[in-house]
Amino acid sequence: MTTDLETWGIQHAQGARMPPSLRVLRYHLYTYLRTWRSSLTTSFLAPVLYLAAMGVGLGSLINHHVGTVDHVRYLTFVAPGLLAASAMQVAASDSMYPVMAAIKWIRTYYAMLATPLEVSDVLLGHFAWVTTRLVLTAVTYLGVMAAFGTVHSPLAVLAVPTAILTGLSFSALISAFAATQENDQGFATISRMGLIPLFLLSATFFPISQLPGWMHPLAYATPLYHGVDLCRMLTLGGVDWVSAAWDLVYLVALTSAGVLLSRRLFARRLVV
Amino acid sequence: MPSVDAVIWARGLSKRFGDLVAVDGIDFDIAKGESFGFLGPNGAGKTSTMRMIACMSPKSAGTLRVLGMDPETDGPAIRGRIGLVPQDDSLDLQLTVLDNLMIYGRYFDLPKRVIRERAERLLAFAELSERADDTVEPLSGGMKRRLTIARALVSEPDLLILDEPTTGLDPQARHLLWDRLYRLKSEGVTLVITTHYMDEAEQLCDRLVVMDKGRIAASGPPSALIDRYSTKEVLELRFLGADPPGEALRGIGERIEVLPDRVLIYADDGEGAMGEVTDRGVEPTAWLVRRSSLEDVFLSLTGRTLID
Repeated sequence: MTTDLETWGIQHAQGARMPPSLRVLRYHLYTYLRTWRSSLTTSFLAPVLYLAAMGVGLGSLINHHVGTVDHVRYLTFVAPGLLAASAMQVAASDSMYPVMAAIKWIRTYYAMLATPLEVSDVLLGHFAWVTTRLVLTAVTYLGVMAAFGTVHSPLAVLAVPTAILTGLSFSALISAFAATQENDQGFATISRMGLIPLFLLSATFFPISQLPGWMHPLAYATPLYHGVDLCRMLTLGGVDWVSAAWDLVYLVALTSAGVLLSRRLFARRLVV
Repeated sequence: MPSVDAVIWARGLSKRFGDLVAVDGIDFDIAKGESFGFLGPNGAGKTSTMRMIACMSPKSAGTLRVLGMDPETDGPAIRGRIGLVPQDDSLDLQLTVLDNLMIYGRYFDLPKRVIRERAERLLAFAELSERADDTVEPLSGGMKRRLTIARALVSEPDLLILDEPTTGLDPQARHLLWDRLYRLKSEGVTLVITTHYMDEAEQLCDRLVVMDKGRIAASGPPSALIDRYSTKEVLELRFLGADPPGEALRGIGERIEVLPDRVLIYADDGEGAMGEVTDRGVEPTAWLVRRSSLEDVFLSLTGRTLID
Protein backbone atom coordinates (compact mmCIF):
# COMPACT_ATOMS: atom_id res chain seq x y z
CA MET A 1 0.00 0.00 0.00
CA THR A 2 2.85 2.37 0.80
CA THR A 3 4.17 2.39 -2.73
CA ASP A 4 0.81 3.60 -4.04
CA LEU A 5 0.60 6.29 -1.42
CA GLU A 6 3.98 7.49 -2.57
CA THR A 7 2.95 7.71 -6.20
CA TRP A 8 -0.11 9.60 -5.08
CA GLY A 9 2.04 12.04 -3.12
CA ILE A 10 4.32 12.59 -6.08
CA GLN A 11 1.41 13.19 -8.41
CA HIS A 12 0.02 15.75 -6.03
CA ALA A 13 3.33 17.50 -5.86
CA GLN A 14 3.52 17.67 -9.66
CA GLY A 15 -0.02 18.49 -10.70
CA ALA A 16 -1.99 21.49 -9.48
CA ARG A 17 -4.69 20.36 -7.04
CA MET A 18 -8.26 20.97 -8.01
CA PRO A 19 -10.07 23.27 -5.56
CA PRO A 20 -12.45 21.18 -3.42
CA SER A 21 -15.63 22.95 -4.54
CA LEU A 22 -14.75 22.23 -8.17
CA ARG A 23 -14.44 18.54 -7.29
CA VAL A 24 -18.05 18.75 -6.15
CA LEU A 25 -18.98 20.49 -9.42
CA ARG A 26 -17.20 17.72 -11.28
CA TYR A 27 -19.35 15.17 -9.45
CA HIS A 28 -22.52 16.97 -10.56
CA LEU A 29 -21.34 17.19 -14.16
CA TYR A 30 -20.38 13.53 -14.12
CA THR A 31 -23.69 12.27 -12.79
CA TYR A 32 -25.59 14.67 -15.04
CA LEU A 33 -23.87 13.38 -18.14
CA ARG A 34 -24.30 9.78 -17.00
CA THR A 35 -27.95 9.87 -16.12
CA TRP A 36 -29.71 12.91 -17.56
CA ARG A 37 -28.53 13.08 -21.14
CA SER A 38 -32.13 13.43 -22.32
CA SER A 39 -32.68 16.71 -20.46
CA LEU A 40 -30.17 18.41 -22.75
CA THR A 41 -32.73 18.17 -25.53
CA THR A 42 -35.48 19.33 -23.20
CA SER A 43 -33.57 22.45 -22.27
CA PHE A 44 -33.35 23.32 -25.94
CA LEU A 45 -36.93 22.36 -26.74
CA ALA A 46 -38.53 24.31 -23.90
CA PRO A 47 -37.60 27.79 -25.14
CA VAL A 48 -38.61 26.93 -28.70
CA LEU A 49 -42.00 25.68 -27.52
CA TYR A 50 -42.61 28.57 -25.14
CA LEU A 51 -41.64 31.23 -27.66
CA ALA A 52 -43.63 29.55 -30.41
CA ALA A 53 -46.76 29.10 -28.30
CA MET A 54 -46.72 32.28 -26.22
CA GLY A 55 -44.90 34.62 -28.52
CA VAL A 56 -46.03 33.57 -31.95
CA GLY A 57 -49.37 31.90 -31.24
CA LEU A 58 -50.78 34.10 -28.49
CA GLY A 59 -48.71 37.01 -29.78
CA SER A 60 -50.35 37.16 -33.20
CA LEU A 61 -53.73 37.30 -31.49
CA ILE A 62 -52.61 40.13 -29.21
CA ASN A 63 -50.86 42.05 -31.97
CA HIS A 64 -53.98 41.72 -34.08
CA HIS A 65 -56.43 42.93 -31.43
CA VAL A 66 -54.38 45.14 -29.11
CA GLY A 67 -51.42 46.16 -31.20
CA THR A 68 -48.04 46.43 -29.53
CA VAL A 69 -47.22 45.86 -25.87
CA ASP A 70 -44.82 48.46 -24.44
CA HIS A 71 -44.24 49.58 -28.04
CA VAL A 72 -43.02 46.18 -29.29
CA ARG A 73 -44.78 43.15 -30.68
CA TYR A 74 -45.87 40.64 -28.05
CA LEU A 75 -43.25 37.99 -28.93
CA THR A 76 -40.49 40.53 -28.36
CA PHE A 77 -42.10 41.64 -25.12
CA VAL A 78 -42.66 38.19 -23.65
CA ALA A 79 -39.34 36.57 -24.67
CA PRO A 80 -37.06 38.22 -22.03
CA GLY A 81 -39.72 37.54 -19.40
CA LEU A 82 -39.67 33.85 -20.30
CA LEU A 83 -35.87 33.90 -20.20
CA ALA A 84 -35.82 35.14 -16.59
CA ALA A 85 -38.72 32.92 -15.54
CA SER A 86 -37.05 29.83 -17.01
CA ALA A 87 -33.90 30.63 -15.11
CA MET A 88 -36.02 30.74 -11.96
CA GLN A 89 -37.60 27.39 -12.74
CA VAL A 90 -34.36 25.59 -13.59
CA ALA A 91 -32.64 26.95 -10.49
CA ALA A 92 -35.58 26.11 -8.25
CA SER A 93 -35.96 22.56 -9.47
CA ASP A 94 -32.22 21.90 -9.07
CA SER A 95 -32.35 23.24 -5.52
CA MET A 96 -35.30 21.24 -4.21
CA TYR A 97 -35.37 17.48 -4.84
CA PRO A 98 -31.65 17.09 -5.66
CA VAL A 99 -30.71 18.79 -2.36
CA MET A 100 -33.18 16.66 -0.42
CA ALA A 101 -31.84 13.54 -2.15
CA ALA A 102 -28.26 14.44 -1.31
CA ILE A 103 -29.21 14.97 2.34
CA LYS A 104 -31.77 12.23 2.94
CA TRP A 105 -32.36 9.82 0.11
CA ILE A 106 -28.97 9.09 -1.46
CA ARG A 107 -26.99 10.93 1.24
CA THR A 108 -24.39 12.08 -1.27
CA TYR A 109 -23.45 15.02 0.94
CA TYR A 110 -22.50 12.69 3.78
CA ALA A 111 -20.38 10.60 1.42
CA MET A 112 -18.64 13.83 0.36
CA LEU A 113 -18.15 15.01 3.94
CA ALA A 114 -16.36 11.78 4.84
CA THR A 115 -13.63 12.83 2.40
CA PRO A 116 -11.45 15.97 2.58
CA LEU A 117 -14.44 18.03 1.35
CA GLU A 118 -16.15 20.43 3.76
CA VAL A 119 -19.67 21.86 3.98
CA SER A 120 -18.66 25.09 2.23
CA ASP A 121 -17.16 23.04 -0.63
CA VAL A 122 -20.33 20.99 -0.93
CA LEU A 123 -22.43 24.16 -1.00
CA LEU A 124 -20.22 26.10 -3.40
CA GLY A 125 -20.06 23.06 -5.67
CA HIS A 126 -23.84 22.90 -5.62
CA PHE A 127 -24.15 26.57 -6.58
CA ALA A 128 -21.46 26.14 -9.23
CA TRP A 129 -23.54 23.32 -10.67
CA VAL A 130 -26.75 25.38 -10.60
CA THR A 131 -24.81 28.18 -12.31
CA THR A 132 -23.67 25.77 -14.99
CA ARG A 133 -27.25 24.73 -15.61
CA LEU A 134 -28.27 28.39 -15.73
CA VAL A 135 -25.54 29.25 -18.24
CA LEU A 136 -26.80 26.48 -20.51
CA THR A 137 -30.40 27.57 -20.09
CA ALA A 138 -29.79 31.29 -20.57
CA VAL A 139 -27.47 30.91 -23.55
CA THR A 140 -29.88 28.51 -25.25
CA TYR A 141 -32.77 30.85 -24.57
CA LEU A 142 -30.98 33.87 -25.90
CA GLY A 143 -29.94 31.91 -28.98
CA VAL A 144 -33.51 30.85 -29.66
CA MET A 145 -34.71 34.42 -29.01
CA ALA A 146 -32.24 35.73 -31.55
CA ALA A 147 -33.46 33.14 -34.03
CA PHE A 148 -37.02 34.36 -33.44
CA GLY A 149 -35.79 37.92 -34.08
CA THR A 150 -36.63 39.29 -30.62
CA VAL A 151 -33.18 40.62 -29.73
CA HIS A 152 -32.96 44.35 -30.40
CA SER A 153 -29.80 45.43 -28.64
CA PRO A 154 -26.20 44.23 -28.31
CA LEU A 155 -26.73 44.72 -24.55
CA ALA A 156 -28.86 41.57 -24.78
CA VAL A 157 -25.66 39.60 -24.11
CA LEU A 158 -25.90 40.94 -20.56
CA ALA A 159 -29.29 39.27 -20.21
CA VAL A 160 -27.40 35.99 -19.81
CA PRO A 161 -25.64 36.97 -16.54
CA THR A 162 -28.84 38.69 -15.43
CA ALA A 163 -30.85 35.51 -15.90
CA ILE A 164 -28.13 33.54 -14.09
CA LEU A 165 -28.24 35.96 -11.18
CA THR A 166 -32.03 35.77 -11.08
CA GLY A 167 -31.83 31.99 -10.98
CA LEU A 168 -29.16 32.02 -8.27
CA SER A 169 -31.22 34.27 -6.03
CA PHE A 170 -33.92 31.59 -6.07
CA SER A 171 -31.44 28.74 -5.81
CA ALA A 172 -29.81 30.20 -2.72
CA LEU A 173 -33.09 30.72 -0.87
CA ILE A 174 -34.64 27.42 -1.90
CA SER A 175 -31.46 25.43 -1.13
CA ALA A 176 -31.47 26.96 2.35
CA PHE A 177 -35.10 25.94 2.73
CA ALA A 178 -34.42 22.43 1.40
CA ALA A 179 -31.70 21.94 4.01
CA THR A 180 -34.31 22.35 6.76
CA GLN A 181 -36.84 19.87 5.35
CA GLU A 182 -37.52 16.31 6.48
CA ASN A 183 -39.49 15.35 3.35
CA ASP A 184 -40.45 16.76 -0.03
CA GLN A 185 -43.92 18.08 0.87
CA GLY A 186 -42.64 21.62 1.34
CA PHE A 187 -41.47 21.72 -2.27
CA ALA A 188 -44.98 21.29 -3.65
CA THR A 189 -46.06 24.21 -1.47
CA ILE A 190 -43.17 26.35 -2.74
CA SER A 191 -44.14 25.59 -6.32
CA ARG A 192 -47.85 26.19 -5.85
CA MET A 193 -47.69 29.19 -3.55
CA GLY A 194 -44.45 30.71 -4.75
CA LEU A 195 -43.08 29.84 -8.14
CA ILE A 196 -46.27 29.55 -10.16
CA PRO A 197 -47.79 32.85 -8.94
CA LEU A 198 -44.43 34.55 -9.54
CA PHE A 199 -44.20 33.04 -12.99
CA LEU A 200 -47.65 34.38 -13.86
CA LEU A 201 -47.61 37.74 -12.09
CA SER A 202 -44.07 39.13 -12.23
CA ALA A 203 -44.47 41.05 -15.48
CA THR A 204 -43.46 37.92 -17.39
CA PHE A 205 -46.54 37.85 -19.59
CA PHE A 206 -47.88 41.41 -19.27
CA PRO A 207 -46.65 44.78 -17.97
CA ILE A 208 -46.98 45.23 -14.24
CA SER A 209 -49.25 48.23 -14.94
CA GLN A 210 -51.98 45.72 -15.83
CA LEU A 211 -52.07 44.48 -12.24
CA PRO A 212 -54.37 46.22 -9.73
CA GLY A 213 -52.54 49.03 -7.94
CA TRP A 214 -52.33 47.25 -4.55
CA MET A 215 -50.38 44.41 -6.15
CA HIS A 216 -47.62 46.64 -7.51
CA PRO A 217 -45.54 46.74 -4.30
CA LEU A 218 -46.02 42.99 -4.01
CA ALA A 219 -44.72 42.37 -7.52
CA TYR A 220 -41.91 44.84 -6.93
CA ALA A 221 -40.82 42.91 -3.83
CA THR A 222 -40.25 39.66 -5.71
CA PRO A 223 -36.88 38.78 -7.27
CA LEU A 224 -38.42 37.54 -10.49
CA TYR A 225 -39.88 40.97 -11.26
CA HIS A 226 -36.42 42.53 -11.11
CA GLY A 227 -34.91 39.77 -13.23
CA VAL A 228 -37.63 40.18 -15.85
CA ASP A 229 -37.35 43.97 -15.79
CA LEU A 230 -33.60 43.88 -16.29
CA CYS A 231 -33.64 41.19 -18.99
CA ARG A 232 -36.35 43.08 -20.83
CA MET A 233 -34.50 46.41 -20.81
CA LEU A 234 -31.33 44.70 -21.98
CA THR A 235 -32.86 42.79 -24.89
CA LEU A 236 -35.07 45.63 -26.07
CA GLY A 237 -32.46 48.35 -25.68
CA GLY A 238 -33.54 51.59 -23.99
CA VAL A 239 -32.12 50.83 -20.57
CA ASP A 240 -33.29 53.02 -17.70
CA TRP A 241 -30.01 52.90 -15.79
CA VAL A 242 -31.45 53.95 -12.45
CA SER A 243 -34.06 51.24 -12.33
CA ALA A 244 -31.52 48.79 -13.80
CA ALA A 245 -29.16 49.60 -10.94
CA TRP A 246 -31.94 48.99 -8.42
CA ASP A 247 -32.78 45.66 -10.05
CA LEU A 248 -29.15 44.65 -9.87
CA VAL A 249 -28.63 45.73 -6.26
CA TYR A 250 -31.79 43.91 -5.26
CA LEU A 251 -30.76 40.65 -6.97
CA VAL A 252 -27.18 40.75 -5.67
CA ALA A 253 -28.34 41.51 -2.12
CA LEU A 254 -30.94 38.74 -2.13
CA THR A 255 -28.50 36.20 -3.60
CA SER A 256 -25.82 37.07 -1.05
CA ALA A 257 -28.29 36.80 1.81
CA GLY A 258 -29.49 33.47 0.46
CA VAL A 259 -25.96 32.08 0.13
CA LEU A 260 -25.10 33.09 3.70
CA LEU A 261 -28.34 31.60 4.97
CA SER A 262 -27.80 28.32 3.15
CA ARG A 263 -24.21 28.17 4.42
CA ARG A 264 -25.61 28.35 7.93
CA LEU A 265 -28.46 25.92 7.41
CA PHE A 266 -26.37 23.38 5.49
CA ALA A 267 -23.82 23.35 8.32
CA ARG A 268 -26.58 23.03 10.92
CA ARG A 269 -28.09 20.11 9.04
CA LEU A 270 -24.97 18.25 7.94
CA VAL A 271 -22.50 18.72 10.79
CA VAL A 272 -24.10 17.67 14.06
CA MET B 1 0.36 13.39 26.02
CA PRO B 2 -0.56 11.15 23.09
CA SER B 3 1.95 8.41 22.48
CA VAL B 4 3.73 8.35 19.13
CA ASP B 5 2.10 5.08 18.18
CA ALA B 6 -1.46 6.15 18.92
CA VAL B 7 -3.52 6.51 15.77
CA ILE B 8 -6.41 7.75 17.86
CA TRP B 9 -6.13 9.27 21.33
CA ALA B 10 -9.14 10.44 23.31
CA ARG B 11 -9.48 11.85 26.81
CA GLY B 12 -12.78 12.90 28.33
CA LEU B 13 -14.35 12.81 24.87
CA SER B 14 -17.98 13.91 25.02
CA LYS B 15 -20.85 14.53 22.64
CA ARG B 16 -24.06 16.25 23.62
CA PHE B 17 -27.15 16.90 21.54
CA GLY B 18 -29.05 19.51 23.55
CA ASP B 19 -29.83 17.81 26.84
CA LEU B 20 -29.00 14.36 25.56
CA VAL B 21 -25.52 13.13 26.46
CA ALA B 22 -24.59 10.66 23.73
CA VAL B 23 -20.94 10.22 24.70
CA ASP B 24 -20.05 10.96 28.30
CA GLY B 25 -16.36 11.64 28.76
CA ILE B 26 -14.64 8.51 27.43
CA ASP B 27 -10.89 7.75 27.27
CA PHE B 28 -9.25 5.37 24.80
CA ASP B 29 -6.10 4.89 22.70
CA ILE B 30 -5.93 2.96 19.47
CA ALA B 31 -2.51 1.85 18.27
CA LYS B 32 -1.23 1.61 14.72
CA GLY B 33 -2.17 -1.67 13.06
CA GLU B 34 -4.62 -2.50 15.79
CA SER B 35 -8.14 -3.75 15.23
CA PHE B 36 -10.27 -1.96 17.80
CA GLY B 37 -13.94 -2.46 18.56
CA PHE B 38 -16.70 -0.37 20.09
CA LEU B 39 -19.32 -2.75 21.34
CA GLY B 40 -22.71 -1.86 22.71
CA PRO B 41 -26.44 -1.70 22.10
CA ASN B 42 -28.16 0.92 19.93
CA GLY B 43 -27.93 4.31 21.57
CA ALA B 44 -24.75 3.47 23.51
CA GLY B 45 -22.85 6.29 21.76
CA LYS B 46 -20.86 4.19 19.30
CA THR B 47 -21.87 6.01 16.13
CA SER B 48 -21.41 9.43 17.75
CA THR B 49 -17.89 8.38 18.72
CA MET B 50 -17.20 7.14 15.18
CA ARG B 51 -18.45 10.39 13.66
CA MET B 52 -16.17 12.41 15.92
CA ILE B 53 -13.18 10.26 15.00
CA ALA B 54 -14.06 10.61 11.31
CA CYS B 55 -14.10 14.42 11.74
CA MET B 56 -17.72 14.60 10.62
CA SER B 57 -19.09 15.73 13.94
CA PRO B 58 -17.47 18.22 16.34
CA LYS B 59 -16.84 17.05 19.90
CA SER B 60 -18.67 18.78 22.74
CA ALA B 61 -15.82 18.43 25.25
CA GLY B 62 -12.57 16.59 25.87
CA THR B 63 -9.48 16.04 23.77
CA LEU B 64 -9.26 14.03 20.58
CA ARG B 65 -6.25 13.40 18.34
CA VAL B 66 -6.53 11.40 15.14
CA LEU B 67 -3.36 10.48 13.23
CA GLY B 68 -1.56 13.01 15.42
CA MET B 69 -3.83 15.86 14.32
CA ASP B 70 -6.70 17.80 15.84
CA PRO B 71 -10.08 17.16 14.15
CA GLU B 72 -11.16 20.69 15.04
CA THR B 73 -8.50 22.32 12.87
CA ASP B 74 -7.24 19.56 10.56
CA GLY B 75 -10.52 17.90 9.50
CA PRO B 76 -9.83 17.75 5.76
CA ALA B 77 -6.24 16.52 6.26
CA ILE B 78 -7.38 13.78 8.65
CA ARG B 79 -10.29 12.73 6.45
CA GLY B 80 -7.87 12.50 3.55
CA ARG B 81 -6.19 9.60 5.39
CA ILE B 82 -9.34 7.89 6.74
CA GLY B 83 -11.67 5.49 5.00
CA LEU B 84 -15.20 5.56 6.38
CA VAL B 85 -17.77 2.80 5.96
CA PRO B 86 -20.94 4.45 7.28
CA GLN B 87 -23.92 2.53 8.64
CA ASP B 88 -26.02 3.43 5.62
CA ASP B 89 -23.89 2.86 2.54
CA SER B 90 -24.63 6.27 0.93
CA LEU B 91 -23.74 4.79 -2.46
CA ASP B 92 -24.97 6.44 -5.63
CA LEU B 93 -27.58 3.85 -6.60
CA GLN B 94 -28.17 5.18 -10.13
CA LEU B 95 -24.51 4.89 -11.05
CA THR B 96 -22.45 1.82 -11.79
CA VAL B 97 -20.22 0.02 -9.31
CA LEU B 98 -17.09 1.36 -11.02
CA ASP B 99 -18.47 4.92 -11.24
CA ASN B 100 -19.06 4.92 -7.50
CA LEU B 101 -15.36 4.24 -6.95
CA MET B 102 -14.30 6.75 -9.60
CA ILE B 103 -16.43 9.55 -8.19
CA TYR B 104 -15.37 8.91 -4.61
CA GLY B 105 -11.70 8.82 -5.54
CA ARG B 106 -12.14 12.13 -7.33
CA TYR B 107 -13.30 13.75 -4.06
CA PHE B 108 -9.76 13.03 -2.84
CA ASP B 109 -8.48 14.61 -6.03
CA LEU B 110 -6.79 11.38 -7.11
CA PRO B 111 -5.90 11.22 -10.81
CA LYS B 112 -8.35 9.14 -12.87
CA ARG B 113 -5.63 6.73 -13.94
CA VAL B 114 -4.69 6.00 -10.33
CA ILE B 115 -8.30 5.41 -9.28
CA ARG B 116 -8.97 3.12 -12.24
CA GLU B 117 -5.90 1.06 -11.38
CA ARG B 118 -6.89 0.80 -7.73
CA ALA B 119 -10.55 0.15 -8.59
CA GLU B 120 -9.55 -2.94 -10.52
CA ARG B 121 -7.72 -4.36 -7.50
CA LEU B 122 -10.40 -3.28 -5.03
CA LEU B 123 -13.24 -4.77 -7.04
CA ALA B 124 -11.37 -8.07 -7.20
CA PHE B 125 -10.84 -7.83 -3.44
CA ALA B 126 -14.55 -7.16 -2.90
CA GLU B 127 -15.52 -9.92 -5.36
CA LEU B 128 -17.35 -7.41 -7.52
CA SER B 129 -15.22 -7.46 -10.68
CA GLU B 130 -18.02 -9.07 -12.67
CA ARG B 131 -20.44 -6.36 -11.60
CA ALA B 132 -18.17 -3.38 -12.34
CA ASP B 133 -20.44 -1.98 -15.05
CA ASP B 134 -23.78 -2.78 -13.41
CA THR B 135 -25.79 -0.13 -11.60
CA VAL B 136 -25.66 -0.39 -7.82
CA GLU B 137 -29.40 -0.38 -7.10
CA PRO B 138 -30.18 -4.08 -7.72
CA LEU B 139 -27.10 -5.42 -5.89
CA SER B 140 -27.60 -7.47 -2.72
CA GLY B 141 -27.01 -5.95 0.72
CA GLY B 142 -23.74 -7.86 1.06
CA MET B 143 -22.48 -6.64 -2.31
CA LYS B 144 -23.36 -3.03 -1.48
CA ARG B 145 -21.54 -3.34 1.81
CA ARG B 146 -18.44 -4.75 0.10
CA LEU B 147 -18.62 -1.95 -2.45
CA THR B 148 -18.79 0.59 0.37
CA ILE B 149 -15.67 -0.96 1.88
CA ALA B 150 -13.92 -0.91 -1.50
CA ARG B 151 -14.95 2.74 -1.85
CA ALA B 152 -13.51 3.59 1.56
CA LEU B 153 -10.22 1.96 0.49
CA VAL B 154 -9.87 3.90 -2.75
CA SER B 155 -7.80 6.59 -1.03
CA GLU B 156 -5.59 3.88 0.54
CA PRO B 157 -6.30 5.13 4.05
CA ASP B 158 -4.12 4.58 7.12
CA LEU B 159 -7.24 4.06 9.18
CA LEU B 160 -10.47 2.29 8.21
CA ILE B 161 -13.58 3.03 10.26
CA LEU B 162 -16.49 0.63 9.94
CA ASP B 163 -19.80 1.49 11.58
CA GLU B 164 -21.75 -1.74 12.04
CA PRO B 165 -20.27 -3.40 8.96
CA THR B 166 -22.44 -6.51 8.97
CA THR B 167 -25.76 -5.34 10.39
CA GLY B 168 -28.59 -6.71 8.25
CA LEU B 169 -26.47 -9.19 6.31
CA ASP B 170 -27.13 -12.91 6.08
CA PRO B 171 -24.56 -15.25 7.69
CA GLN B 172 -22.83 -16.10 4.42
CA ALA B 173 -22.43 -12.46 3.41
CA ARG B 174 -21.19 -11.71 6.91
CA HIS B 175 -18.49 -14.37 6.79
CA LEU B 176 -17.26 -13.16 3.41
CA LEU B 177 -17.02 -9.66 4.82
CA TRP B 178 -15.17 -10.83 7.91
CA ASP B 179 -12.73 -12.65 5.68
CA ARG B 180 -12.04 -9.42 3.75
CA LEU B 181 -11.55 -7.46 6.98
CA TYR B 182 -9.11 -10.12 8.22
CA ARG B 183 -7.09 -9.62 5.07
CA LEU B 184 -6.96 -5.86 5.57
CA LYS B 185 -5.91 -6.39 9.16
CA SER B 186 -3.10 -8.70 8.08
CA GLU B 187 -1.95 -6.02 5.65
CA GLY B 188 -1.50 -3.70 8.61
CA VAL B 189 -4.52 -1.42 8.15
CA THR B 190 -5.75 -0.02 11.45
CA LEU B 191 -9.39 -0.97 11.84
CA VAL B 192 -11.99 0.66 14.08
CA ILE B 193 -15.23 -1.27 14.18
CA THR B 194 -18.52 -0.67 15.93
CA THR B 195 -20.86 -3.55 16.34
CA HIS B 196 -23.60 -4.91 18.49
CA TYR B 197 -22.72 -8.42 17.51
CA MET B 198 -20.64 -10.24 20.08
CA ASP B 199 -19.34 -12.83 17.66
CA GLU B 200 -18.16 -10.08 15.33
CA ALA B 201 -16.21 -8.38 18.10
CA GLU B 202 -14.70 -11.70 19.16
CA GLN B 203 -13.76 -12.50 15.57
CA LEU B 204 -12.29 -9.21 14.48
CA CYS B 205 -11.06 -7.17 17.42
CA ASP B 206 -7.70 -7.30 19.14
CA ARG B 207 -9.08 -5.02 21.79
CA LEU B 208 -12.43 -3.48 22.47
CA VAL B 209 -14.44 -1.27 24.75
CA VAL B 210 -17.94 -2.11 25.86
CA MET B 211 -20.06 1.05 25.75
CA ASP B 212 -23.26 1.62 27.64
CA LYS B 213 -25.20 4.88 27.93
CA GLY B 214 -22.33 6.94 26.57
CA ARG B 215 -19.71 5.53 28.92
CA ILE B 216 -17.11 2.80 28.69
CA ALA B 217 -18.23 -0.07 30.90
CA ALA B 218 -15.16 -2.26 30.32
CA SER B 219 -12.17 -2.54 28.03
CA GLY B 220 -9.57 -5.09 27.00
CA PRO B 221 -8.99 -7.98 24.61
CA PRO B 222 -12.15 -10.10 24.09
CA SER B 223 -10.72 -13.16 25.88
CA ALA B 224 -9.61 -11.08 28.87
CA LEU B 225 -13.05 -9.52 29.16
CA ILE B 226 -14.66 -12.94 29.10
CA ASP B 227 -12.20 -14.19 31.73
CA ARG B 228 -12.84 -11.24 33.95
CA TYR B 229 -16.56 -10.74 33.65
CA SER B 230 -17.82 -14.22 32.94
CA THR B 231 -17.06 -17.88 33.53
CA LYS B 232 -15.67 -20.48 31.19
CA GLU B 233 -19.09 -21.94 30.45
CA VAL B 234 -22.70 -20.91 30.60
CA LEU B 235 -25.64 -23.18 31.28
CA GLU B 236 -28.81 -21.91 29.61
CA LEU B 237 -32.12 -23.18 30.93
CA ARG B 238 -35.29 -22.45 28.98
CA PHE B 239 -38.73 -22.42 30.54
CA LEU B 240 -41.59 -22.29 28.08
CA GLY B 241 -44.87 -20.85 29.34
CA ALA B 242 -43.71 -20.59 32.96
CA ASP B 243 -41.81 -18.02 34.99
CA PRO B 244 -38.21 -19.17 35.42
CA PRO B 245 -37.74 -20.45 38.99
CA GLY B 246 -34.90 -18.10 39.94
CA GLU B 247 -35.18 -18.68 43.68
CA ALA B 248 -34.96 -22.46 43.45
CA LEU B 249 -31.68 -22.21 41.57
CA ARG B 250 -29.95 -19.80 43.95
CA GLY B 251 -26.37 -20.75 44.74
CA ILE B 252 -25.66 -22.88 41.69
CA GLY B 253 -22.58 -21.80 39.73
CA GLU B 254 -20.83 -18.47 40.28
CA ARG B 255 -23.68 -16.22 39.19
CA ILE B 256 -27.25 -16.51 37.96
CA GLU B 257 -29.01 -14.23 35.51
CA VAL B 258 -32.80 -14.54 35.34
CA LEU B 259 -34.24 -13.34 32.03
CA PRO B 260 -37.91 -13.32 31.00
CA ASP B 261 -37.79 -16.67 29.19
CA ARG B 262 -34.63 -18.30 30.46
CA VAL B 263 -32.06 -18.54 33.21
CA LEU B 264 -28.31 -18.27 32.61
CA ILE B 265 -26.06 -20.00 35.10
CA TYR B 266 -22.43 -18.96 34.93
CA ALA B 267 -20.20 -21.84 35.90
CA ASP B 268 -16.81 -23.20 34.92
CA ASP B 269 -18.41 -26.63 34.63
CA GLY B 270 -21.78 -26.34 32.88
CA GLU B 271 -22.60 -30.07 32.97
CA GLY B 272 -21.90 -30.17 36.69
CA ALA B 273 -24.21 -27.22 37.23
CA MET B 274 -26.94 -29.01 35.28
CA GLY B 275 -26.54 -31.97 37.63
CA GLU B 276 -27.26 -29.66 40.58
CA VAL B 277 -30.30 -28.23 38.79
CA THR B 278 -31.72 -31.77 38.34
CA ASP B 279 -30.91 -32.62 41.98
CA ARG B 280 -33.07 -29.69 43.08
CA GLY B 281 -35.97 -31.07 41.07
CA VAL B 282 -36.14 -28.17 38.59
CA GLU B 283 -37.11 -29.35 35.10
CA PRO B 284 -36.46 -26.83 32.34
CA THR B 285 -38.13 -27.24 28.93
CA ALA B 286 -34.69 -27.31 27.35
CA TRP B 287 -31.10 -26.70 28.37
CA LEU B 288 -27.67 -26.34 26.83
CA VAL B 289 -24.11 -25.69 27.87
CA ARG B 290 -22.11 -23.24 25.76
CA ARG B 291 -18.87 -21.29 25.83
CA SER B 292 -19.22 -17.98 27.48
CA SER B 293 -19.21 -14.99 25.08
CA LEU B 294 -19.06 -11.22 25.05
CA GLU B 295 -22.84 -11.21 25.26
CA ASP B 296 -22.42 -12.62 28.76
CA VAL B 297 -19.83 -9.95 29.52
CA PHE B 298 -22.26 -7.26 28.49
CA LEU B 299 -25.04 -8.84 30.53
CA SER B 300 -22.84 -9.06 33.56
CA LEU B 301 -21.72 -5.44 33.16
CA THR B 302 -25.12 -3.88 32.56
CA GLY B 303 -27.73 -6.43 33.61
CA ARG B 304 -29.29 -6.17 30.16
CA THR B 305 -29.11 -8.20 26.98
CA LEU B 306 -27.92 -6.58 23.78
CA ILE B 307 -30.97 -7.51 21.77
CA ASP B 308 -33.31 -4.57 21.96
